[in-house]
Amino acid sequence: MDTQKNPAPVTARPPPVDILRFNTCGSVDDGKSTLIGRLLYDSKSLMEDQIEALERSADLTGGGGINLANLTDGLRAEREQGITIDVAYRYFATPRRKFIIADTPGHVQYTRNMVTGASTANLSIVLVDARAGVIEQSRRHTAIAALLRIPHLVVAVNKMDLVGWSEERFREIRAQFEEFLPRLGIQDVTFIPMSALNGDNVVDASPHTPWYRGPTLLGHLETVHVASDWNLGGLRLPVQWVNRPNRPRDAAWHDFRGYSGQIAGGVLHRGQEVVTLPSGVITRVKEIWTYDGSVEEAFCPQSVTVVLEHDVDLGRGGMVVGRDQPPGAGCDLTARVCWMHPRVLQAGRRFLLKHTAQTVPVVVPELLSRLDLATLEPASAPSALAMNDIGEIRLRTAQPLFFDAYTRNRLTGSFILIEPGTNATVAAGLCGEPREFVRPEGAEYAI
Amino acid sequence: MPSYHLDHLQHLETEAIHILREVAGEFERPALLFSGGKDSICLLRLAEKAFRPSELPLPLLNVDTGHHFPELNEFRDRRAAQLCARLIVRTVEDAIARGIALPAPGEVSRNRLQIPALLAAIEEFRFDCCIGGARRDEEKARAKERFFSFRDAFGQWDPKNQRPEIWNLYNARLNPAENMRVFPLSNWTELDVWEYIRRERLEVPSIYFSHARRCVRRGGQWLPVNDLVPPRPAEEVRDLVVRVRTIGDIISTGCVESRAATVDDIIAEIAAARVTERGSRADDRASEAAMEDRKKAGYF
Repeated sequence: MDTQKNPAPVTARPPPVDILRFNTCGSVDDGKSTLIGRLLYDSKSLMEDQIEALERSADLTGGGGINLANLTDGLRAEREQGITIDVAYRYFATPRRKFIIADTPGHVQYTRNMVTGASTANLSIVLVDARAGVIEQSRRHTAIAALLRIPHLVVAVNKMDLVGWSEERFREIRAQFEEFLPRLGIQDVTFIPMSALNGDNVVDASPHTPWYRGPTLLGHLETVHVASDWNLGGLRLPVQWVNRPNRPRDAAWHDFRGYSGQIAGGVLHRGQEVVTLPSGVITRVKEIWTYDGSVEEAFCPQSVTVVLEHDVDLGRGGMVVGRDQPPGAGCDLTARVCWMHPRVLQAGRRFLLKHTAQTVPVVVPELLSRLDLATLEPASAPSALAMNDIGEIRLRTAQPLFFDAYTRNRLTGSFILIEPGTNATVAAGLCGEPREFVRPEGAEYAI
Repeated sequence: MPSYHLDHLQHLETEAIHILREVAGEFERPALLFSGGKDSICLLRLAEKAFRPSELPLPLLNVDTGHHFPELNEFRDRRAAQLCARLIVRTVEDAIARGIALPAPGEVSRNRLQIPALLAAIEEFRFDCCIGGARRDEEKARAKERFFSFRDAFGQWDPKNQRPEIWNLYNARLNPAENMRVFPLSNWTELDVWEYIRRERLEVPSIYFSHARRCVRRGGQWLPVNDLVPPRPAEEVRDLVVRVRTIGDIISTGCVESRAATVDDIIAEIAAARVTERGSRADDRASEAAMEDRKKAGYF
């Protein structure tokens, strides 16, 4: 074959440097799917067969021009009803970044999907129809983004073409947002006027908004700073799996006992003094083992296998933590939950709680408050939390949990509730401030 | 101060390793679906990274349609042996013989028939979880799939009633006879897979690289001429230099004309590609909802 003779061509583009995960939210006709379609289309991330399929479906529905929303609405029921019924994930890359998009539907009853799509996001895009301005949905979506501590928010003021590209209207909407944003504590908010349908300010700057000096949406997504979004504070290594090679004839591995997990916070060093939980035993890191060789240090969110100096009682569900910044500990906690199931939550109900790599029985003794998403005010002592409600509750677990406040660590501060029997995931939970902290045996820093 | 930075492949890798270890921690009898294709090759390396220095805590499972490329099966067997992994192969042929899979009159494709063969293997070994190399970027119905995809006692996927997946907390609980499919590569794209193959210096079956092959033009694509795909009268037959971009059965996998002889060449080709990889699979072109319908019936 003559193929070997051709020198390898230069790779068309350098590999993307990092990942930005974002989600889009808005109410039913704000044009989320159209916006994603536009991002993919204008950034040349669509392939010919996808464009062909779009054109075929345009013929079928007879609407004339191609429908960018058909790109993301993947299930037959969605295309037939013209709605998005579940979280759809999309991928594209530019020379600067790789993007993972969670397209989350905006209907009131699908708030749980937004929580799902937003829980892993670095950035949320809230779409607003420029004609309608801020509606309850906009407030709800922004509040959920804030609750989940998504570090960056973009308010995409869409359909600007339908309000004559009015700078005044854009400013009005921004003012409507700024009325309630301070109460939510979101640090980084960017407002962008656009028309997703026509592509203005999505990838290419619009000629219709000479008064707007900010970035296009893609320009912002490519440059927003996400490197510091991971938690490098206190060390947290939840143990997922105990690694004990069963190789009796192989002396090298005979005594190997490693604890495998993904670092959920902080930095791990060889030689570091650590506390193993729940035993509270203090030991040292003997080796940080990886398939690619031992390393001197590892950090969140790397997956590693750690070998400790002493034999300790540690298994799946346990945790290795640093001696500074100990996590909270205890069976009683307060948490905010987003309720995700048609069967309502009432005081006294029992569930299974999955937190890091452990699952424990839990009872909910008390409902403390329910957040009114229209006013963003909490109403106290509700009798129940219904599907899509967000509220504060008390929980009592059968075994102690080792956790952080969600505001401090998204991975060790979060949990899900599972309904026994049906095994349905019924709630997403965010831990509040711990009342007590871990005090390892012989600890000199006891309170 | 040192910079604690992961690039995109390292991010995807740590996410996949976390998922593989959750499978090992949560399930009694998991299996890993290994075909020898590029995605499952990455999956196997990730399993090594998740579980070494231990042996892989799960067997490899492959449903052989009987229409596989011979290069693929040879590679599958060799790779499993290299890793000292237990490889279980179940065939559609056998499923037909036992009356588990029933071909429709005149049905040549084994695509639909591998579903009952897979479900029978799951039952035979009482697997509670099958790990697959499917990616969300492959296809629109896949884009809605969870990492942990719940299947009822009939192996069915119910897209409207999926468990919400929040943060990295996966609800792996099952009742008897229910089953989980887990897809650690959900967030990977075709380009990520090849960049990972390059970074890890992974061997892949030879048919991914350019080679001379006699092809027949059918349904807008070049199919490899072989016993199962004989040219019909008036069809155009040509000797081409081709490679396969995605591997399905030998009767439905389109070849693309390519001079890509190395992984670098393939990466350059994909980066400049104007057609998706599934564009060369006749099984997905059947209708806009082809994949959705097969998945509801228990396809992985």
